[in-house]
Amino acid sequence: MNDAPTASAMRFIGKRVQRKEDARLLTGRGTYVDDVVVAGMLHAAFVRSNVARGKITHLDVTNARALAGVVAVYTAQDIDLLGVRYANSIFDLPEHAHPDNGLLARTDVRFVGDPVAIVIAQTRAIAEDGAALIDVEYLAETPVIGIDAAKTMAPLHAGWRNNVVSSFSSGDNAEIDAAFAEAAHVVEDTLTNGRQVQMPMEPRGLVVYADGAGELTVHLACQSPHLAAAHIADIFKLPTQQVRVLAKDVGGAFGLKVTSQRDELAVIAAAIILRRPIKWIEDRLENLTAGGQSRDERLRVRYAFDADYRLLAADIEYDVDYGAYPHAMQDSSSLVTPMFPGPYRLPKYRWKSTAWFTNTAGMVPYRGPWMMEMFGREVLLDIAARQMGIDPIELRRKNIISKDDQPFQMPSGIVLTDISPRETMEMTVEAFDLEEFRREQAQARAEGRYIGLGLANGVEPTTVSFGHYSSDIAHLRVELNGKVTATTSTFSQGHGTPTALAQVIADRLGIAFEDVTVMEGDSSRSGFGSGAGGSRQAVAGGGAALVASDMLREKIQRIAAYAFNASTESIRIESGVITVEGSPQISSTIAQIAQMAYLTPDRLPPGMEMGLESQYRLRPPMMVFANATHACVCEVDVETGKVAILRWVAGGDCGQLINPSIVEGQISGGVVQGIAGVLFENFRYDDSGQPMTATLKDYLLPTALDVPRVEFRHMCTPSTTPGGFKGVGEGGAMISPPALVNAIADALAPFGKRWLNMPLSPDRIICGLEDDA
Amino acid sequence: MTLHFIEFELNGRSVGGTAEARTTLLDYLRTDGGCTGPHAGCEHGVCGACTILVDGQAIRSCLMLAVQANGKTVETVESLSESDEALHPIQQMFKEEFALQCGFCTPGFLMTLVALDRTEPRPSAEEMRAALSGHLCRCTGYQGILRVVDRLAGQRA
Repeated sequence: MNDAPTASAMRFIGKRVQRKEDARLLTGRGTYVDDVVVAGMLHAAFVRSNVARGKITHLDVTNARALAGVVAVYTAQDIDLLGVRYANSIFDLPEHAHPDNGLLARTDVRFVGDPVAIVIAQTRAIAEDGAALIDVEYLAETPVIGIDAAKTMAPLHAGWRNNVVSSFSSGDNAEIDAAFAEAAHVVEDTLTNGRQVQMPMEPRGLVVYADGAGELTVHLACQSPHLAAAHIADIFKLPTQQVRVLAKDVGGAFGLKVTSQRDELAVIAAAIILRRPIKWIEDRLENLTAGGQSRDERLRVRYAFDADYRLLAADIEYDVDYGAYPHAMQDSSSLVTPMFPGPYRLPKYRWKSTAWFTNTAGMVPYRGPWMMEMFGREVLLDIAARQMGIDPIELRRKNIISKDDQPFQMPSGIVLTDISPRETMEMTVEAFDLEEFRREQAQARAEGRYIGLGLANGVEPTTVSFGHYSSDIAHLRVELNGKVTATTSTFSQGHGTPTALAQVIADRLGIAFEDVTVMEGDSSRSGFGSGAGGSRQAVAGGGAALVASDMLREKIQRIAAYAFNASTESIRIESGVITVEGSPQISSTIAQIAQMAYLTPDRLPPGMEMGLESQYRLRPPMMVFANATHACVCEVDVETGKVAILRWVAGGDCGQLINPSIVEGQISGGVVQGIAGVLFENFRYDDSGQPMTATLKDYLLPTALDVPRVEFRHMCTPSTTPGGFKGVGEGGAMISPPALVNAIADALAPFGKRWLNMPLSPDRIICGLEDDA
Repeated sequence: MTLHFIEFELNGRSVGGTAEARTTLLDYLRTDGGCTGPHAGCEHGVCGACTILVDGQAIRSCLMLAVQANGKTVETVESLSESDEALHPIQQMFKEEFALQCGFCTPGFLMTLVALDRTEPRPSAEEMRAALSGHLCRCTGYQGILRVVDRLAGQRA
């Protein structure tokens, strides 16, 4: 891929280079938002609704205001004086308004956790004392809990016609009905996901100060300082350049920190009104109950097959619970319905999707928010295989596309390119001796043990580029000492972009990895760009850095060629040393070239701009596709319902890897989050809308004892973007659930049940096995 | 709110001052102790991100009051190494094994492993994994952390 004849050989791209940021993080010197201290800083705490739906009948803050150490107490009345209305310029769909009930609840509350008042005090402890003194009473109303209730009950938002956030469909298509009528096999069922929370180890938080006329500085646990600044500027009607959003370290995000929510914006409003710095750090109770939730959804799938097990048609209906106030997501379909056909030939396709308001915490995207397409498709394919009496892998072989089939247009219209579904599936299958496994399985069953093998295929549309997510920028400069500083619009919440981009830059420039510093995390420092979201940073950020590096290398070559009276093509750069091919006596350094560029204009080629800097803004294609096949083996204890994962093979094709260890970290982190959704995680509400899983003792996360050792197999089909990179951030979380459910279903196949309601916790498995229906 | 005078050894130096009875050791270390290593991940003793050593024992500093540290010896992640070039061997393994991503949970994992590392007889890999089940990591899927445990156990065999 290194096509420039004079560049040094590839030395950093594709290598397991240790991360630059680790020494700081390992020694406790990270700067997460709670580590930010500003002179004169006050602390905020919220009063939140304890009923799911009701009218605020009484709200008295007198006692809180009188408490020593409390500086201010604000309710909707105070915040509303700013004339602020919640909207989201980055994510809003056209003609889809947000329910407007203020940043703090005005007249009524719509979920347990709805912010009602904010207390500002000298310390967090006093702010919480103040919050406890606020007298608030509600007239409770019957809440809308669950999708079925949302369909039938009166709208929970005043002025709304129904509880529909949005609804889309492919329209009627009589050909589909004909296909089903003529099909040799029809398979149908509905898969239900459990509600999950993103649960980054660091909750949300911010430190905000309005430090001068029209200036607003926000230290924010976020995924993109630029997008946060743009959103905050919009909300408070400030010029974007007057809002500075900074973040050094962010303790994980997974979608939760993709946008500022009502409560975060209320803290900013308070700082604007009070004109004092305010810190708010979400506690875990708030995070679990009000921070944002995801994956409360179900997908009905109908598949039609011909007598040779080839797909004829699919008809799907997707419903998703978006809670009372969804953030950064109004589109009921997202990528669920466009991506559902997956890497298979599917001649006919009909779909419908609806997102529903309920009296629960709002939907916020969670890593692979459209994962139901992969989950529903792959689980139903296994169900179909069992129903039709064909091996699930054979069924996929009959329908999957290969490299040679591309470009390939899915029936949803999306055109797949540069992926290797069949090849990656075969690579993953090769990791197993299937015949031997079936013998073992039969032997185990004879002994009363149940082991199973499951596999799933997926196509991950990465680097999804639209609107605010259309481009990313890298600005490079060689300092006088020859070291390179890059400012980029990428942003790591653990992604390792400061390392991966430095690898790309060092590689393309021909300098030492140690000599590159990547700076990100400040909206005032780099040009506009989208940060983390949609698995984009390797492609958009890495690609921008690559092109900017090539531009910079060319300028270095031109300066050196002029200085040494040689041709540009003869200039070589290796390890920061510049030599001239055919003239071994000549040698220079990047530092010397930089000094020429900045200090001695007479030594530059005539007309050349001084300085040694470059900048490139990469506009990626609308989607860059990656694909994967994961397969796993599990054992289900039919006495206890416990699932033990015995083996996990992650086969993937995410193009040219920049740093395989970082890539594998992204995959395995996602895999375990996906496993968690199958076996453990389930955020539950009771019928009155009270959260039942409000602590980490109740909302179970996987630990080191619960996870398999992930074996990786990489295939490389480069993308057509600079460097051949692809995204990898979300696929692991989307593909692991169907792989595991298929393994469980395979293990329990003798019982003849379908396993469709997540999570498959021990109690659900036991109940499912005992259920005679 | 009554203030109590407390004095304890923090990372080899004596520190002292006043604390409200209700102040957790975690909050005290972060606000008065100048520490940024222990992190508040859940404040109810489940996630392990605030883990420190008190008299050599790994404890949850969100579940201990500052006044309870009076007269004791407290070690945080800040004490583990003198320089980035000479990390504690377990820190170095974390780096080599890509055992961290966002790094928020990492100081807690390190302190538990350091406490186990000093234990005699040295715990087995299984015992170390069991101890680490008291720590949550949301980024890595625990893969690198488990490799660190493998290496620690291998060194001891």
